[in-house]
Amino acid sequence: MRPFRYERATDPAGAVALLARSPQAAYLGGGTNLVDLMKLDVARPDLLVDVRGVTSRAIEELPDGGVRIGAGVSNSDLAADPLIRRRYPVVAQAVLAGASTQLRNLATVGGNLLQRTRCVYFQDVSTACNKREPGSGCSAIEGHNRDLAILGTSPDCIATHPSDLAVALAAMDATVQTVGPDGSRAIPLTELHRLPGSEPQHDNVLTHGELITAVDLPPLPFAARSYYRKIRDRASYAFALVSVAAAIDLADGQVRDVRIALGGVAHKPWRATRAEDLLRGGPATEERLRRAAEAELADAQPQSDNAFKIPLARNAIVRTVLDLTGTAR
Amino acid sequence: MSAVAPRAMGQPLSRFEGEDKVRGLATYAFEHPVPHPAYLSAVRSTVATGEIIGIDCSQASAQPGVLAVLTHLNAPRLGIDDGELRILQSGDVAFRGQFVGGVIAESSEIARHAAALVRVDYRERPHDVDLESSRERGQLRVPQQTMALFPMDTDKGDVDSALAAAAVQVDSTYRTPWYNHNPLEPHTTIACWTSAGLTLHVSTQHPQGVQTTVATAFRLEPDQIRVFSPHVGGAFGSKGPRHSDLILAVMAAQLVPDRPVRFALTRHQMFSQTGYRSPTMQRVRLGADADGRLTAVAHESIEQTSRLKEFAEHATRATPTMYATPHLQVRQQLAALDLPTPAIMRAPGECVGMFALESAMDELAVAGGLDPVELRIRNEPDTHPLDGLPFSSRSLPACLREGARRFGWESRDPTPRARRHDGWLVGTGVAAATYPTLRLPGSKVTIRVTPDGRHTVLMAAVDIGTGTRTALTQVAADALRVDLAQVELRLGDTAYPPAAPEGGSAGITSWGATICAGADELRRRLAADHGGTVPAEGLEVTVDMPENPHLKQYAMHAFGAQFAEVRVHDETGEIRVPRQLGVYAVGRVVNPKTAHSQLIGGMTMGLSMALHEASILDPRYGHVVNHDLATYHVSSNADVGTVDAYWVEEDDPYVNPMGTKGLGEIGIVGAAAAIANAVHHATGVRIRELPITLDKLLPHE
Amino acid sequence: MPITWSATHDRQGLDIMDTEITLRVDGADHRLTVDTRTTLLDALRERLGNTSPKKGCDHGQCGACTVLLDGRRANSCLALAVAHDGAEIVTAAGLATDGELHPMQRSFIEHDAFQCGYCTPGQIVSAVAMLEEAATGWPSTVTFSPPDGTAGEPDTGPVDLATNPDEIRERMSGNLCRCAAYANMIPAIQEVARS
Repeated sequence: MRPFRYERATDPAGAVALLARSPQAAYLGGGTNLVDLMKLDVARPDLLVDVRGVTSRAIEELPDGGVRIGAGVSNSDLAADPLIRRRYPVVAQAVLAGASTQLRNLATVGGNLLQRTRCVYFQDVSTACNKREPGSGCSAIEGHNRDLAILGTSPDCIATHPSDLAVALAAMDATVQTVGPDGSRAIPLTELHRLPGSEPQHDNVLTHGELITAVDLPPLPFAARSYYRKIRDRASYAFALVSVAAAIDLADGQVRDVRIALGGVAHKPWRATRAEDLLRGGPATEERLRRAAEAELADAQPQSDNAFKIPLARNAIVRTVLDLTGTAR
Repeated sequence: MSAVAPRAMGQPLSRFEGEDKVRGLATYAFEHPVPHPAYLSAVRSTVATGEIIGIDCSQASAQPGVLAVLTHLNAPRLGIDDGELRILQSGDVAFRGQFVGGVIAESSEIARHAAALVRVDYRERPHDVDLESSRERGQLRVPQQTMALFPMDTDKGDVDSALAAAAVQVDSTYRTPWYNHNPLEPHTTIACWTSAGLTLHVSTQHPQGVQTTVATAFRLEPDQIRVFSPHVGGAFGSKGPRHSDLILAVMAAQLVPDRPVRFALTRHQMFSQTGYRSPTMQRVRLGADADGRLTAVAHESIEQTSRLKEFAEHATRATPTMYATPHLQVRQQLAALDLPTPAIMRAPGECVGMFALESAMDELAVAGGLDPVELRIRNEPDTHPLDGLPFSSRSLPACLREGARRFGWESRDPTPRARRHDGWLVGTGVAAATYPTLRLPGSKVTIRVTPDGRHTVLMAAVDIGTGTRTALTQVAADALRVDLAQVELRLGDTAYPPAAPEGGSAGITSWGATICAGADELRRRLAADHGGTVPAEGLEVTVDMPENPHLKQYAMHAFGAQFAEVRVHDETGEIRVPRQLGVYAVGRVVNPKTAHSQLIGGMTMGLSMALHEASILDPRYGHVVNHDLATYHVSSNADVGTVDAYWVEEDDPYVNPMGTKGLGEIGIVGAAAAIANAVHHATGVRIRELPITLDKLLPHE
Repeated sequence: MPITWSATHDRQGLDIMDTEITLRVDGADHRLTVDTRTTLLDALRERLGNTSPKKGCDHGQCGACTVLLDGRRANSCLALAVAHDGAEIVTAAGLATDGELHPMQRSFIEHDAFQCGYCTPGQIVSAVAMLEEAATGWPSTVTFSPPDGTAGEPDTGPVDLATNPDEIRERMSGNLCRCAAYANMIPAIQEVARS
């Protein structure tokens, strides 16, 4: 690990000012990914600004009936929160599907959203990786890519975003509150992360020094019936091959509204809007679900080792939504 | 060889060092308190093959706190021929990740950072790391020797004709991937050179081996070196042979005399520095008559080694032992590649070989319409199928029957893909297990007795988590015919008499037989010289491991039967193993509690092998790219269901005075085959390449 | 400017930053000087000589370094010491009181829930923390029933571990055991959960 300075910020404005002065500085939340990457020499900050005391650690109801989650809330506290469990079970389930309790105790909500890909080449500085070293090439495209993306890839990068929480938040239409050198703004979670394109070094749209202060969940009564299904190589403590966050609003057997987001398939949490559009206004039958899922995955471009993710994602969507409707096998 | 009557043996004692371990106070090598330690961090090659043409240490040396930088330019010349251990002797690079230097510093943080600042320039050469293409290019050869003292290629009768004539035939190729041992404790060393010699704390299965290797490499007398290894945090074979991390640590310590140098491999480095299990490609051909009696068995295995050193795992070793057949052939071939050198890993040979053979036996059962338990019993040999020796004891049918009874096998419908529960396809499978009863040479023991009746037993054996400290004390108490409380066993220090390595499931056989001989000698001396009374000054004897006169008269092997239940999700291909059950015939069980742990530990490692483990080589770079525990999966708690191990009574008077046959390895043998066979029963899909991951079972339509 | 962690730049003049911190470890206060790069794990093992937490992977992938950090289990290998100035840490060595083993430690010995012992201190700290978490009503993925078409009120009460081994398996999955003593850990933990 390279030498670095450590400072503890006391308020968001102070944190932002510290980063604005230091182009190589980084915020430190729980550190569960950043410290990991610093040990690997992938992350090379010369200054860490500790923001754990800066952002809120509270989960509060908003006047519109939504919920605000402070960026400093630990992953464990988020998953255990009774309000979240009651109104947005998919969010609690997604958090619990990731990592381990001892990691979730350290990890913050803000940090979870900004964790970086677990592509093996990104994490190995002795190999080429456009995300880590722009222009060096993508080792994964002709290499070990079983875990990587099938949707929204580019010739420069096929990484996936590893967060489970982000997938559930994408399905819920959450909004990310930030404060940065240019003031504060609200970013829809589905627009926080980006596709790799020709600049895979940029995971998201945040600017240097922009700090996530909170995540807002909008009121969504039917989210009380939601579920997060994660499929992985180990029964626990493993990243997703494919995951599905889903919620459904049924009225008289017809889909009034539905939310579907996928994890493990793209450089960002993949909101399945095409599938959702096809499902609204008709019954949630297995046949319609299957067609909707296939439409969502129609543009998938598998790599040499991950074509299985297409039928896996399709089957996972169908089964997760069917289970939510209470349809027996 | 007289049998030892069991009093302490057979008691389910908790391990003696348990309190220290649950508090975290048992000290592993790196943790030994030493004054003012320095820390070593390694520099590794970033090319697979080539030559160092420039090495710039200026930035590293300039770091505050750096004490020395080690490269091939200032490393001592080694007096050892072993290609794996001859590091820093030239600028040649033989594999990616090979040590090319090291930095010694005041703290681990400084050492690690400075190691990253050593700039190495290479002239790269093309590398060849691909086993499959070596085979296609015909670049295989027969190994000069395999790891164990068993015949290499074997021929009996005429296999090809017998196969052609067989009523039922199987001809399948199985593949197992590269495996890394990944003990939770990385390989660690503390090395300290003083004018008196060299003190080493090493995480090792063989303190004496460390002493001998370092003496040779650094041109010392063995008695100038003392090696301590009181506790070892898992090994599974990786800490049996010496690896280059030991050499690097000793070299580094030489640069800072009188300072203890601590060196722990990182988890990433563990994938290239500590040996591994070679990938295998195995073709098994079986022929049987209409009743399922084998007429021909052929087993070929292709593996890899490095260009530095030949190591061939004996994947076909178990095959001649298992079943009666008039025609038998085993073959083994090897490709030398620009990769690290493979090494022994838990149940070397049997572990991967029996995955192939026992999968093929299941295929034969399906093809012949026979119950797979009955098929195995039907092919039980009267004597060893190859050399005709009688078995010292052999209870495979008893294991199969007892296992079938406990598992509930009799109600099994053999139809594949016929059971479904809540979206999960359910299946069960069986496989046989075996492991030879080995004894390894090189043990001595010193036993002291004082007039108060207390006995001290000294031996440089080690406990790598197997329960040796406890079980061997039980052996000693019975050999000495005294209560456990009167025996103190001291291990893990080369100041004690040498001991054979911990490996080959041979610990209790080798060390225990030596202790029994020591006890006999002590009694003889007491009677002959002291009228049966311990003299005031006490009495001490030192003896070597005795010969076993029965070795050439009997074939000595442990056997077992593995059963597994699996569930495969019919829409996602996810696999769960809710139940594993094993029944073993392993002679006398010295300590039922620690023995049970060894067996279920082996079975669970077999589960891990079946479902999770594979080191992924990127042939372009020449290294394992999933070199951490997030991407090289080993089973987690949630992956493991009910795991039960039992044993049948076996009285074997020929193996050793205790009647033990070893059980550290047999638990993993056949476990993956039982699971693969259960997967076939559940889904109708035969998986011949491990690991069994969901993409291989997922319905694509 | 977007965050680019990988950019290289001139670091001349950037010295190692030594900082003095205070840690309360197993009931005893320590003042120590750490490098900003020092993890809690290395501070404990290499500065304070407390080797109860183990280094298995150093990347949060095995759990051998698990300690109670301000009352919650955490991977000490990923926590920078400098960021936890003033923290209270309990290791497996500190779970024993007045020399008496914690019931979880006794149960692990009785059930032979370990072999080599290297992951064991982390397993035990994790298990002790898990009991508390379950009593507080913290859920795991196992706590949530698969959907059945209804949206019932979640039960946020205590989780019974004694009768639900799958809860234990899931909640203990952040601690790998290569010797694979998992099947013995379950009854060891259930026994303590019952009492």
